[in-house]
Amino acid sequence: MTKAAPHAAAADPAATAATPILSIRQVIKQFGQRPVLRGISLDVAGGEFLTILGESGSGKTTLLRLIAGFEDLDSGEIWMAEERLDRIPAHRRQVNTVFQSYAIFPHLSVFENVAYGLRAKNTAKSEISERVTQALAMVKMGEFAQAAPAKLSGGQQQRVALARALVNRPRVLLLDEPLSALDANLRRQMQVELKSLQREVGITFIFVTHDQEEAMALSDRVALLRAGLLEQVAPPREIYGEPDTAYAARFIGQTNLLRAEVTDGIASAGTIVWRTVGAAGTATYSLRPECIRLANESAGIPFAATDVSTARFRGRIRNQTFGGAMDLIEIDCGNAHVIRARIANSGILSGEREFEFAADDAVRVREGEDA
Amino acid sequence: MKGGFQSRRAPLLGAYAFLVYAFLYFPIIVLVVYSFNGFGVGGFPPANWTLDWYRQLFTDGALWDAVLNSVIVAAVAVAIALGLGLPAALALDRTDFPGKALFRRLVLLPLILPGIITGLSLLMLFVAVGMKLSLVTITLGHGTALISVATTEIFAGLQKLERAQEEASLDLGANHWKTFWRVTLPNLRVSLIAAGLLIFTLSLDEIAVSFFLIGRDNTLPLEIWSRLRRGITPEINAISTLILFFSIGMILLWYRLRTRLQGAKESAAPLVPASIEGETA
Repeated sequence: MTKAAPHAAAADPAATAATPILSIRQVIKQFGQRPVLRGISLDVAGGEFLTILGESGSGKTTLLRLIAGFEDLDSGEIWMAEERLDRIPAHRRQVNTVFQSYAIFPHLSVFENVAYGLRAKNTAKSEISERVTQALAMVKMGEFAQAAPAKLSGGQQQRVALARALVNRPRVLLLDEPLSALDANLRRQMQVELKSLQREVGITFIFVTHDQEEAMALSDRVALLRAGLLEQVAPPREIYGEPDTAYAARFIGQTNLLRAEVTDGIASAGTIVWRTVGAAGTATYSLRPECIRLANESAGIPFAATDVSTARFRGRIRNQTFGGAMDLIEIDCGNAHVIRARIANSGILSGEREFEFAADDAVRVREGEDA
Repeated sequence: MKGGFQSRRAPLLGAYAFLVYAFLYFPIIVLVVYSFNGFGVGGFPPANWTLDWYRQLFTDGALWDAVLNSVIVAAVAVAIALGLGLPAALALDRTDFPGKALFRRLVLLPLILPGIITGLSLLMLFVAVGMKLSLVTITLGHGTALISVATTEIFAGLQKLERAQEEASLDLGANHWKTFWRVTLPNLRVSLIAAGLLIFTLSLDEIAVSFFLIGRDNTLPLEIWSRLRRGITPEINAISTLILFFSIGMILLWYRLRTRLQGAKESAAPLVPASIEGETA
């Protein structure tokens, strides 16, 4: 497999972060009167796997099409290394795209589809055949070289689309929801392959999806796009563990949003009290369901307002959904306040119980503007 | 109640349908039958069958000259109509320009316009510019009158073309011109062939426009028409029968291409569920 890799260079995003391969600067795009991108700035490092994550209508596909050159931006700049990319026509950009619909040419064989880009650049015949064969082998489609695209399954067309793009050795590969048409099992399998393929070729991938699990599974960094603005750009663990905003916390994984009153380093939301840092006043905290655990009531630790590194609260079990390793539990804390918890090996719970969470697990987030 | 009502109506409906079809097709059947009738155009049903009229037909030089004229006219008309119809269809599909709606109506107008109007107006034009009437004027007439057919057929093909394919071509480094030749045009192949067949057939038996623009040389329909003035001969029945079957063949071919084009687009969707099999194989 490594033999097939056109770029053997190790891809360490951290090492190359100083010189972004792609730099998006203050990009604005409108369709008619409708603003689609409202000022996007984003640097992408060489060899990085960056996911642009957002709901439909957030502008993520438009951003991708601007990089590919299928749309013109209204203002702002896109740079590729030292080159002003947005002034170059699409067919001269060192960027290739894997389309959502794959866009395989139906009148050409699999081989000719993959060879298309090389032929367009007048590559020598012997080199074409060598590189196409390599690319098809890389996506495990070697035996289908002479097949007609109409005979291929969705997953196979997907692989051809990947090979067709990668054979050109682009500096950046754009992927527009490439897995959305595949069924769940195949999708997971392709996610794994896509990730290892990216490591193997060392090419920068910019991947667009609306599926947060996919984004978390694949990416070095996730750029969360919301109504034409970047909400947060961070590695998946960071965006999950320390979401900047309530929207980011809600969109990526499940969460509880607690509105608390902060005074003297103590946050209190209803009867729940915990230690915190930051300015006094009203604040919103994100608390992941898996951070909540059953308090050890038999130990008889008394509730003490002074020990607020662990917050404790009581609530009635309203609902319990079996989830294999972790059960999802809805806790009614009174005043129509429901907190969701994920608790492992709890057995069937009922009645009123006491729960706790570490104060550090409640992450203060910005409410952010409503879109 | 309902069943009784229907059973009372059905025979009437059947008889009515039979009459309609008889009215439409009986003359054609008679024509075909007479072309094999030994007694020419008398006596039905024919008493003795013969291929004499076809034999006579194949030795009739003047008639074959007319056939050749018609084929040349039709072939050049196809080239003209496709050559002008393709840019028109591209303009309608791809671009937005002031007066686009008007342009579309104007392009499609000859489809609705009676042949007499088209023929007469073209005649006046050719006379005005001092062009001698000949096969050339007929060809120009057919070509322009059938641009609308070419435009509608190619436009339909363009509408079914997946735009992402052209974007993929640009993305892979082909410029707009290469993209047109290597992706757009091959995808329109079926539409172009279908339009060509249809235009060829329409031109071959066109009479109204040809009638106004005819010079010294006859096209086949006009040759037949001029002979008919001297009375119906079985030979005419024979050539008409040949034209009939040729036209039916062409139209069937056109129709098949058209449905294949539509079918190909629809079959794109069910590819996805088949993916599991493909993967595990």
